[in-house]
Amino acid sequence: MSLWVDKYRPTSLSKLDYHKDLAEQLKNLIQSGDFPHLLFYGPSGAGKKTRIMAMLRELYGAGVEKLRVEHQTFETPSKKKIEITTVASNYHIEINPSDAKNNDRVVIQGMIKSVAQTQQLDAISQKNFKVIVVMELDRLTKDAQHALRRTMEKYISTCRLILCCNSTSRVIPAVRSRCLGIRVAAPTADEALLHGVCKKEGLTLNQELAVRIAEQSKRNLRRALLMCEACKVQQYPFTPDQPVSEAEWEIYLRETAAAIVEQQNPKRLLEVRARLYELLCHCIPPDVIIKGLLSELIVNSDGQLKTEITALAAFYEHRIQMGRKAIFHLEAFVAKFMSIYKRFLDEGMAAMDFM
Amino acid sequence: MQQTTTELAGKKINMSSEIMPTDGERKSSSNVSVPWVEKYRPRSIDDVAHQDEVVSVLRKCLQGADLPNFLFYGPPGTGKTSTILAAARHLYGSDIYRSRVLELNASDDRGIQVIREKIKTFAQLSVANQRPDGTPCPPFKIIILDEADSMTHAAQAALRRTMEKYSKTTRFCLICNYVSRIIEPLTSRCSKFRFKPLPENILLHHLSAISEKENLDCDKQALRNIISISEGDMRKAITYIQSVSRLYNDKRITSERIIESAGVTGLYFSIASATLVIPDALIDSILETCRLNSYEKLDKIIQNVIADSYSAYQLLSQLHDKIVDVDELSDKKKSFLAQMMAEIDKCLMDGADEYLQMMKLCSHIMQQVCAGE
Ligand SMILES: Nc1ncnc2c1ncn2[C@@H]1O[C@H](COP(=O)(O)OP(=O)(O)OP(=O)(O)O)[C@@H](O)[C@H]1O
Ligand SMILES: [Mg+2]
Repeated sequence: MSLWVDKYRPTSLSKLDYHKDLAEQLKNLIQSGDFPHLLFYGPSGAGKKTRIMAMLRELYGAGVEKLRVEHQTFETPSKKKIEITTVASNYHIEINPSDAKNNDRVVIQGMIKSVAQTQQLDAISQKNFKVIVVMELDRLTKDAQHALRRTMEKYISTCRLILCCNSTSRVIPAVRSRCLGIRVAAPTADEALLHGVCKKEGLTLNQELAVRIAEQSKRNLRRALLMCEACKVQQYPFTPDQPVSEAEWEIYLRETAAAIVEQQNPKRLLEVRARLYELLCHCIPPDVIIKGLLSELIVNSDGQLKTEITALAAFYEHRIQMGRKAIFHLEAFVAKFMSIYKRFLDEGMAAMDFM
Repeated sequence: MQQTTTELAGKKINMSSEIMPTDGERKSSSNVSVPWVEKYRPRSIDDVAHQDEVVSVLRKCLQGADLPNFLFYGPPGTGKTSTILAAARHLYGSDIYRSRVLELNASDDRGIQVIREKIKTFAQLSVANQRPDGTPCPPFKIIILDEADSMTHAAQAALRRTMEKYSKTTRFCLICNYVSRIIEPLTSRCSKFRFKPLPENILLHHLSAISEKENLDCDKQALRNIISISEGDMRKAITYIQSVSRLYNDKRITSERIIESAGVTGLYFSIASATLVIPDALIDSILETCRLNSYEKLDKIIQNVIADSYSAYQLLSQLHDKIVDVDELSDKKKSFLAQMMAEIDKCLMDGADEYLQMMKLCSHIMQQVCAGE
């Protein structure tokens, strides 16, 4: 049994439930095979991947859904072997550069060249180019991005790139110049979508619960579907006031924030550190952790302090991006918050004494 | 590397498939379909728009004058690569192009070793001053080092000696976006040409010509709209005009359609920093929210801006323009905010989280707007 998220991923452009006109336009765009490289960008959960897959299907037919896992080996100039696992069909290859870490330049170049060198003319699709889908382009090192410049142009007749990222700030201008950017905004009215999915499952969803799930999902469709499915497991038939269950790590993160607000001392800092480690070990990205903490800590602070703490979070998140180990900066953030917060509490006390 | 394409459906022709700059007509008659940027890449240096200085120098070379070493630099899509490829094609024609022109780019391994070996072997061979068929051609070879800015400094230093040693038989053309990353001893050995962003009238002329060739029904205003979001980048301008003409089934381009495809529907042409604007109303409502002095409301609106995947850069620059005119803010407060904006700009460059940076900025704007002096 598959999760609803996967089960109801629309497979063709015309079936996409939201941004209908975008789907239509994409269809027109790719109809004659001379479209440029594409750069899809938008927040996670907005449906970029779904849209890319639907587009590939439009291009090549159902054959693109016959996926296989491939192992490829690349060699760096210093003769180091790098093994990469990719998902591919006869028509496209999908890669995630973060798998290649610092050798992503070698991997992506090798990939493009090997695809480009076997020119194919497919009898069914009548397309003579293959597509390389690069997920998480913003994780690609600058070195690898710079190396893409001429390669993207040289092999364009046999190899089209579809790039995908959350934010374009990390994409170098020369790569942006070579692509058509396609903004994929997160869907707004996803209650409707939830109703739709529930109906297909033969369930009735009440409007109150749908609205609450939609709200809590913060415009993240994937999250909304996961939450909805979790609700169903917990209790069916649905009631309007049933709790919307969150992911375990979200609860854990909230408890961590509560622990920070409760006490500010070295012992507590140590405990919090252990919890942060735990979160990182479960692959929760550090920026998600820091944003999660912020949204909880803010609730316990008043006006002036809110601004200060937001600036603090922004400062340490920047450090995380620049630095090497996230835990250092997460911990520093907590420590700094504790000291500011304690000062704030003490000042509050002093003012009370004075009165 | 391992070959994985053996089980491909359909026919497979093993051939070098890079777009050769030499075959003028290319395989466009068969069903090789390339985007318009490649289709309309200048074939001769006379087709290169706006870069008159370098074109006139090259024209003299084509008439027989000696060629200096070149360094081309400038922003993307201004014609650097096209210019040198066109010139090389002109100099050598398609028959001896391969033996006379070596193109290396950042995708090729260009460590010191390669500079020493590959370039040396190519540069060493002396060449005749005529083609096999007897027509004259220059007595030297050209090595094009595209994307030279991603060569290590050590490799650049190695290049410096090579350049001198083979100066009789070889000319170099270095191309880059960022000239500051090329070491001084190299830049001083080259004639430097800056490729300027293309001005609006040139872009307009070029796009009009393309739209005529492609039989597009395209009004002037629409072209102007495309140009205004292209930032002097011809490549972007061509990509845009092709894409807009494809989005709808007829070949009509109107300014409404451009605005429509750019804004609401999600096909948003502005991926670069200062291209298509965020709706003014949205900027105003952010500022209005700042006046309410409610962090929660601010949080909500910023979350939505991010979820709509507007670029934080764009928001930053538009807020910057607006802040100047906000009456409640004293000059002192404005300069405080301006300083913060500069820092945030740097952080965004470094890849910091857009939501956090925007919240930092807006909550400070809120504080400054609502607090007394
Ligand atoms: N000056 C120009 N005149 C005519 N067409 C141009 C000019 N500049 C760019 N173009 C168009 O843009 C495309 C890309 O140009 P080119 O590859 O020469 O840019 P570049 O300066 O090398 O950019 P980059 O720095 O990103 O490599 C060309 O195929 C051509 O269609
Ligand atoms: Mg170039």
